[in-house]
Amino acid sequence: MMKNKILLIIGHEYRTRVMKLSFLLLTLLTPILFIGVSILPALIMTSEIEEDTKTIVVIDKSGMYESAFTSDENYTFYFINGDLQQLHAEHPQVDGFIYITGDLRDSLQSVSYYSEKQPNAEMLYRMSRQLSDYVNRQRIESYNIPHLKEIISQSQQRISIHTVKWEKDGSEHMTSADMTELFGLVSAMLIFLFIFMYGAQVMQGVAQEKSSRIMEVMIASVRPFELMMGKIIGIALVGLTQFLLWVMIGAIGLSIAMPFVMPDVAEMSSETIAQITSSQNISFIQELLMSLMGINFAKIIILFILYFIGGYLLYASMFAAIGSAVDNETDAQQFTLPISIPILISMYVAMHVMRSPDSALAFWCSMIPFTSPVVMLVRLPFDVVWWEIVLSLVILYLSFVGTTWLSGKIYRTGVLMYGKKPSWKEIWKWVKY
Amino acid sequence: MLEINDVRKSFGTKVALDSVSLTVNDGTIYGLLGPNGAGKTTLIRIINGITAPDSGEALLNGKRIDLEQSAQIGYLPEERGLYKKMTVYEQVLYLAQLKGMSLLQAREEMQRWFKRFEITSWQKKKIEELSKGMAQKVQFITTVIHRPRLLVLDEPFSGFDPVNTEMIRQEIIRINQEGTTVILSTHNMESVEMLCQEISLINHGKIVLQGNVQTIRQENRSNLYRVVKIVNGQRIEEKVEKKTGESNNELLNRLSLDGEIIVFEEILPTMNEIFIKTVQ
Repeated sequence: MMKNKILLIIGHEYRTRVMKLSFLLLTLLTPILFIGVSILPALIMTSEIEEDTKTIVVIDKSGMYESAFTSDENYTFYFINGDLQQLHAEHPQVDGFIYITGDLRDSLQSVSYYSEKQPNAEMLYRMSRQLSDYVNRQRIESYNIPHLKEIISQSQQRISIHTVKWEKDGSEHMTSADMTELFGLVSAMLIFLFIFMYGAQVMQGVAQEKSSRIMEVMIASVRPFELMMGKIIGIALVGLTQFLLWVMIGAIGLSIAMPFVMPDVAEMSSETIAQITSSQNISFIQELLMSLMGINFAKIIILFILYFIGGYLLYASMFAAIGSAVDNETDAQQFTLPISIPILISMYVAMHVMRSPDSALAFWCSMIPFTSPVVMLVRLPFDVVWWEIVLSLVILYLSFVGTTWLSGKIYRTGVLMYGKKPSWKEIWKWVKY
Repeated sequence: MLEINDVRKSFGTKVALDSVSLTVNDGTIYGLLGPNGAGKTTLIRIINGITAPDSGEALLNGKRIDLEQSAQIGYLPEERGLYKKMTVYEQVLYLAQLKGMSLLQAREEMQRWFKRFEITSWQKKKIEELSKGMAQKVQFITTVIHRPRLLVLDEPFSGFDPVNTEMIRQEIIRINQEGTTVILSTHNMESVEMLCQEISLINHGKIVLQGNVQTIRQENRSNLYRVVKIVNGQRIEEKVEKKTGESNNELLNRLSLDGEIIVFEEILPTMNEIFIKTVQ
């Protein structure tokens, strides 16, 4: 019968949250929002800003740089020799004047830009680059060394390394170090958010039960520990539901997007992948998808769930204890800070671990249960040795038993305490009751 | 039968209950009285198995009380509370199931109570939409729906208007007649006189007065009588004190010298007077 009761509580906590419209909206809108936020800056950056063609007059006293400037759809250059002030007065519609007073090889300061409006950075950058390229070329030519131009251009080649990972079965996957880092970071962020969001929900739920005074009725029917665990498990299921819905949305979204961006990717052999890779015109999205395919999703999803459950349970019971100790939610702040700090630290460590996933810091922080859910998630795409994963999970789950036992004791006394704001000393006394 | 044997409970250095013993017989309505902060709530929580005593024992039908017996107990705490966002219907079913009822049983019983209290039309309303009195009715239903053998009511009349107070009073009597033992903790002494057969009065964690209500009133009488007589065609009402050693007949003889007695009745102290006298 006791078992039935905890099931009833789990069901109640789950239903009241999942059946809400806000849950559905949040679950559906978050992925859209997330994609929007991550893609939008890239879209804005790459999109050409459409502007009217700018008219720029070059007054070149040295007469050497006419071929340095080429007009295009954004800028039209005119080369006129005359007095700057006079030309400005005669042609007020001109956007700006480039005024070159002498040989730039002698003095780099011999060029100035005059305009009524503050010129934008992109334009200035462009013009100064055109000019300096030209000057550099001139200099190189003046040395009269045969094939110097080719030698220099060869020495300046940038090489981007495409990484290919061998699987145990000998097949090859194209991976990208950047993408792996990013993927690890995103899943760590997700687990961080989940622990915080749902942990806070547990705390709120307990505090509400206490402030609405339903608590006394409840603990006359069920054990405080069952009530606490019922709530914690119920809310965990809400979190898992949300996560699985997101995985489904992601999978559906990916399978819709795949054929458009990259047809027949599934049937591609490693040679064709190598071909695509070596041909330079591989797009960013194609590269992203290719490297996503190199990640072992099943393994990461399963471990994500295991770390989410472990990390959430570890923190949720502490959040529940805080909820039980205070009379209202505002009093809770003072107590949430100490337990938020480890999660925040783990997020900072995660940033570092992303760059060096096998460092000592990375190892120890993925063993300490308060940081391991976030830190290990960052390390996972870099193929952590299996015993480290097992050990860190064992430590995490054992610690969860410990914090839950401790929290259960605080909770048991806390739920019946009204009227005074407890101190840490007071709470410690409850543990010993 | 509920037995509390030499129960002690302290919180830190504060002693909440100091060797409290009492027996509540099956089928009675038992009053638990005492000023605020006397230890009543702690005792009630021990009876409900919410708190364990430091020493001594609380037995229901010979078995130590813990949550295993919660299905046999119905508890209405002084501080009322329900889940504000839940509908009346969901709320009643949830709490009934937690008391061990099946969904089917709970639904059936709930409809009977809704009809009796004429609140069937509220079913779909959320608790937060109800007035205080309405919420109190729902709370009362959640307390008794599982037909407990022992009903613990802490200030059951607070928040009710006179009409609803009378209705709840009648419900308590009816439930008691169906065989449920009732423990009533209240400051409403009129209800104690009307409903309770026995009481315990707790002050500073100790029982200071215990026993049958009528016996207690008899023991606390002060030999005062209300007399109405006709003197010279005039109706006179007076309070007279019986002298020590004087019998009733001697007193009547003395009083009838100057007129005709039409009413002669002993004035028993009210529970209110006894409460104040004992606690002070």
